[in-house]
Amino acid sequence: MIWGSLEAFLAMGGYGVYVWGSMGACFVMVFVELIMVRRRHNRILRRLTQELSANQGRE
Amino acid sequence: MSGSVIHWFRFSSPATFYPLAGRLIPIFWTLAALFGAAGLWIGFFVAPTDATQGEGYRIIFVHVPVSWMSMFIYLVMATWAGIGLVFNTRLSSMMAQSLAPTGALMAFLSLWTGAFWGKPMWGTWWVWDARLTSELILLFLYLGFMALQASIDDPRRADKASAILALVGVVNVPIIYFSVIWWNTLHQGASVSLTKAPSMAQTMLWGMLLMSLCYWMYSIAMALTRLRAIILEREAHTEWVTRLPELAEVRR
Repeated sequence: MIWGSLEAFLAMGGYGVYVWGSMGACFVMVFVELIMVRRRHNRILRRLTQELSANQGRE
Repeated sequence: MSGSVIHWFRFSSPATFYPLAGRLIPIFWTLAALFGAAGLWIGFFVAPTDATQGEGYRIIFVHVPVSWMSMFIYLVMATWAGIGLVFNTRLSSMMAQSLAPTGALMAFLSLWTGAFWGKPMWGTWWVWDARLTSELILLFLYLGFMALQASIDDPRRADKASAILALVGVVNVPIIYFSVIWWNTLHQGASVSLTKAPSMAQTMLWGMLLMSLCYWMYSIAMALTRLRAIILEREAHTEWVTRLPELAEVRR
């Protein structure tokens, strides 16, 4: 183990803000993108469902 | 042999590609998670402290992979857009459209992590340096591609216009890549070169390559997920979409 303690790991030799600021942004943005794409897919499925049931009502 | 050729062409139709993409996506997510876990483990627990930059250099494990991806995705996106323009294939243009937001995210993360690295090492978040400026232009090219696509109502016309923008913008990619050689920049030279032995510790190199594979798999998974949504949006009124298993409950 190259880190003596959790504090040392989080401090990153004084560069903690920069290292975790970079890593954090990468993680957060990945989740944001995933949620946005999921919502886009669900939105179109919902629209298709509505259109399909509306068409069936007419038949 | 001829059988396999026909087989591959079959997947260029949105109707056959949609379910195929659905089966492939979990595989790419799993690979992304595995490569990411291995890369971060090496990056934070195996790779030694850098002699000149201390622990601050560990930003490299995300900065270099996202920067590579931002350039690589652009080339793939422009290729699909170009194929769509020349052969008039719907799915190719949809592929280009689905790659653009992920590429834009990679360009943004490249600038973001670069700023967080530049601040402690150079003393500034941003300089109008050739490497940084050309990467910023790449982000704007992605955003321009997306905006142009969204601004034209007819999707096929939007595909054509944005394909031309994407192809013209390709010239920026070699500019980014070679900027550190062509100009006297603050940004350091290439971290990894195919022609000379790596200048960094083996473990650092492995961490970076594993993280690159992680982002590679992530980008494929994300682009395919978005592609499925785009396919449904564009093919909403076709026969095969109304017969999708996802919509089976409504039909009953």
